[in-house]
Parts: sequence; structure tokens; C-alpha cells
Amino acid sequence: MSTPDAPAVQVEGLRKVFPSRGRGGRDVVAVEDVTFDLPKGGSLAVVGESGSGKTTLARMVLGLERPTSGTILLDGTDRTEPPRSSSARRERAREIQIVFQDPYRSLDPRQSASRCIDEVLRVQGMSKAEDRRSRIAELMDVVGLDERQATALPKALSGGQRQRVAIARALAVKPEVLVLDEAVAALDVSIQAQMLNLLADVRAQTGVTYLLISHDLAVVRQVTEDMIVMQRGHVVERGKTSDVLDRPQDAYTRLLRDSVPRPGWKPVRRASAAKNGGASQSTMEVPS
Amino acid sequence: MTALLEIEGLSVTLPVTGEQRQVIHDVSLTIGPGQAHGLVGESGSGKSMTARAIMRLLPPGAQVQGAIRFDGNDVMALNRGALRRYRGSDVAMIFQDPRSHTNPVRTIGDFMTEALCRNRGMSKRAALQRAVDLLDEVFVDDPERRLRQYPHELSGGLLQRVMISAALAVEPRLIIADEPTTALDVTNQAEVMAILDEQRRERGLAMLFITHDLDLAAAVCDRTSVMYAGSVVEAQAAERLHESPRHPYSAALSKARPSIDASVERLPAVGGRPLSAFEAPSGCAFADRCPFCQQRCIDEAPALRELEQAMVRCHFAEELKETLAGDFEETMREHA
Repeated sequence: MSTPDAPAVQVEGLRKVFPSRGRGGRDVVAVEDVTFDLPKGGSLAVVGESGSGKTTLARMVLGLERPTSGTILLDGTDRTEPPRSSSARRERAREIQIVFQDPYRSLDPRQSASRCIDEVLRVQGMSKAEDRRSRIAELMDVVGLDERQATALPKALSGGQRQRVAIARALAVKPEVLVLDEAVAALDVSIQAQMLNLLADVRAQTGVTYLLISHDLAVVRQVTEDMIVMQRGHVVERGKTSDVLDRPQDAYTRLLRDSVPRPGWKPVRRASAAKNGGASQSTMEVPS
Repeated sequence: MTALLEIEGLSVTLPVTGEQRQVIHDVSLTIGPGQAHGLVGESGSGKSMTARAIMRLLPPGAQVQGAIRFDGNDVMALNRGALRRYRGSDVAMIFQDPRSHTNPVRTIGDFMTEALCRNRGMSKRAALQRAVDLLDEVFVDDPERRLRQYPHELSGGLLQRVMISAALAVEPRLIIADEPTTALDVTNQAEVMAILDEQRRERGLAMLFITHDLDLAAAVCDRTSVMYAGSVVEAQAAERLHESPRHPYSAALSKARPSIDASVERLPAVGGRPLSAFEAPSGCAFADRCPFCQQRCIDEAPALRELEQAMVRCHFAEELKETLAGDFEETMREHA
């Protein structure tokens, strides 16, 4: 049911409240009134620190968390409710996929890349082994893994190679949207650059839409066209990535930008940070 | 200037499934009193293992060659009592993950006073007062309350500030900080680094700062050593390293990082992956990833040598001087 003009992801008034745990605790509002459109083939960054609500937001879009209120449309279809039946879950999987941060824990240690992807394709109804084989070869080519690496177990692969497997697995079902949850954060600098180039190639080749969850503004600049900045569940700033980073309007965005080490940078202490709770205080902190 | 810490030709091998594997190869560096020295490298480069060798905290079965001298004394030859003094009051260490280096069932107060009571012979009451003062100095709000709390009740940034003050408590002469802000959010990183830098300068402490971030090292260090495959490939004044890198690897490392100020069509990535010392070929360890590799690099391992106030481990450092300081992204892209 593809709607040609509909955005890949359309989120409106999204809110998530986690009820309090134990006595005397308060309900935690993880995400408060978040609205955005992500056009097909676009790339949007959700930027924030721990406790900003960016991961909860991504989990709701993926259908892993039920929103307290608000709506989520994927390709024009209402996807606010998490899928319940396995066929609904498979259907959602064809629309949206995720690449996680930690390449060491997101793969089954007993499965090689090609077996892992073969399983995904089989579950999604590609019944001919021959078709699956050619699709796997195609995917390995896209992410730049050779035949030996495709048949090796994850323990024989480096962090960067594992992340390539994770990207290939996510692309296997040709999803409209790829959620990249800090997908390059754990990689070494020289490997991170390879992976950022790969993400650009993949988008150019497949036209996939990116939703990048990140705290790294340099990575955000390289991968996305648009960004929203979240702090304590709220969107505090939004716009084109280049505009927001060149001319940040919100005080928190400016603080984030000023905190990034770069040539000639010196760390500066926020004198009042400890007193007023500080900008990076998490929404999750329960008063004691 | 007499050196506070002097490492000379350090090589370490570790037993892995029956054979000794090289993890550090011929590392030399010197830190003067009050000096901050950055140790920068990717995973497996040997930077953390160098720190553990300095603390004599290597895994069992490790074989060490070369010399580590602290204040002129051979660290490898210290007897038990001297080693306890060395670890307890000469050198203090701050780790990446403060949560795994604190006991979850002991309070912050217990944690901070343990060393003061045991190594310094202070009374519990005096130690607690000292802890309050120290927490105050690293801008921890309401220190008395914090001392009664447990590690899980503190945020990562706050707990790391507790670790810093605990390290300062024993009045060491050298602090080894192993990726102390890698697990923190960027605003917390700036805060913690500012505090660490300030306290270190005020007290005239020397520091060995281990990180994967060249810019972060440059911000707080006088001198930076870049490690690759268990060896130091370059060492020079921290602020000069960015403008005039002498080794192709350090030059490539600073170019490969995306910039917050502009996006580029393609990043100049370094092909291949970082090697560990035991995987390194017999020639130059960086040879197969280097855009300037020549036959000599494959045949012959370069030695660390001096070049205009820098130390560099590259056969062609003189010839590449201009190139590395300029734009060589095209060469890197073609090579990758």
C-alpha cells in the first residue's frame, strides 16, 4: 500500500509516559509532544544526550513501544499501535528496520552473515533458495563483504565488518526506513569513516530513508539533511542540519555544539551546572 | 628536567592459547613533573596495556622487556611494600567506566575514605571531612549527602567526578586517566575534562591521558604520542600534531574524522582495519593501509627517530612533511 506522496515517517504529538516504579516516585515523561515529517529518501537526525528520549522515540516508531498518545504514520498508514500478530510484525519489518550501536551484541554468535540473512529472507517468504542466494550476494556486494567474510561467524569478524553484516541484514527485506541507533558510535575512527561512506553509498543505491539517533554532531552533519534536538523529552530545536549546526538558536543546542572537541577547543566548566541540575540531567532521574 | 615517569623500550607479550603474543612493541615515553601527556590510538593499539604496565597490573604470564622508571626507581623491581606505596600514593588511576570500578554495595563515603584510612592512616572522621572538601573542589553539590549514597544513585558524570576526587585524595604525583570521558555525554565530557584539567594544573600533577580522540588530547595535554599496533608511531607537542603531523597514520586519523562545520561527499577513510601488535607484519605496521607505502616499508621496520622536535616512526617522514601538513585527502581516497 505505497502512497507516493506520503512521507516515509510522519509523527504527530507523540508522547510517552512511563508509570512510576515503587512508592513516592513520579511518572516519567520520556517523550513529550514530538512532531516531525521524514520524507521518502530523506535523512533525519534525532540528537540528544542520555535521557533525552531519543531512543524511546525510535522504539515507538519501530513498534517496540506503545505511545501514550499521538500518532505514527509509516508511508501514509497508521502504525501507532505496536504490531501484535506475527504476520503484522513481519509486515512492519518490511517497512522499517534498525541497526544497533553495538556490533558485538547485535548478531547471533552461531550464525554467519549469509545464514542470518537467509533466515530473514525465508521468514519474509522468499521460498526459492536460488533467489535467496542471489539476494545475499547482492547485499554482500552493497556492504562490501567478500565471500569468506559472508560465511564466517561473527567472532571471526572485526567490529566494522560486523556492523556491515548488521546493515546488510537490515536491508535484506528492502525496508523503506532504516533506523540507525548510534550505529557508528562504537567504531574506531578509521573504521567509522569507512562506515559513514558506506551509509552514503547505500542511500544513493537503494533510496532508503534514514532516521539517525545520535549524540555525535559531526556524524549528524555527515549523514543527515534535517535534524531535531531533544532535551528531556522535548524537541528544543529543529531545522536543516547545516542551519542548526551553523546557527544554533536554542541555548541547549549551543551548549551541545560548544562541548564537541575540535582543534583549538578547551573544555569549559559550566559554573552553575551542579546547582541547577545541568542541561544533561536525564528525564529518568527519580527524585530521592 | 628530571623525568617523573620514564618508559624505555617497553615490550610486553601475553600468553594466548599457549603462545606469547606481542601486545606492546618498543614503547618509549617520558613525562616530566606536572606535565600532561596524551596517548592516542584505536582499539588494540596497546594504549591501555601501556597504562597497566606502568601500574604493574598486567595479566598473569605477561613478559616484560625494557624499563619503567618512576622518579628514578625501577618500577619492575619494586618489592611488595614499595609497590603498595607506589600504587597507593604515587600514581592514581581513573578508568573509563566508574561503575565497574566501584563496589555497588558500599557507599561513596566508604569508597572515598578507604585509601585515606588504610594508606594514610587517617581516622574515619578526618577522612570523611577530607572527602567532603575534595568533592566540593570538583563541584559536587551537597557532598555530605553524596557520601551516604551508593554508586547506582549517581549519574555517570557525577560518579566520574567522585572518581577524580578519590584519585586526588591520596595526593599522587601522576594520574593515569584511561578514557575517563568516553562513556559520558558530550556536555558531561566537557565538564569532567575541565575539572580534571583544572585540578591537575592547580596541584602540579603529571598526567598520562589515554584517549582515542586527538582533539580531546590536544585540549588538555602538552605532548601527544600516537600509538598503532603496539608501537608509538609519532610523538610531538599536542597542538602541533594537528597542524603538522609527521606520520601518515596520525595525519590520516585527524582527516578521517567528520567535521561538525561541514559535510563532505566522501570522507578520506583509511582502508583496512587497525592491527594489534601480534598481527603486524615484519616491516612497517601501517604499511598495508598507508597511501604512501613503498617497497622499503614492507621490507624494513622503521625505528622511532627524531625530526624537528617530533619523534616519528616512518622511513619517509622528511619527504612527506609537506604533503601531510597539506591536503592529501585525494591520495587517501584513491588508496582506500
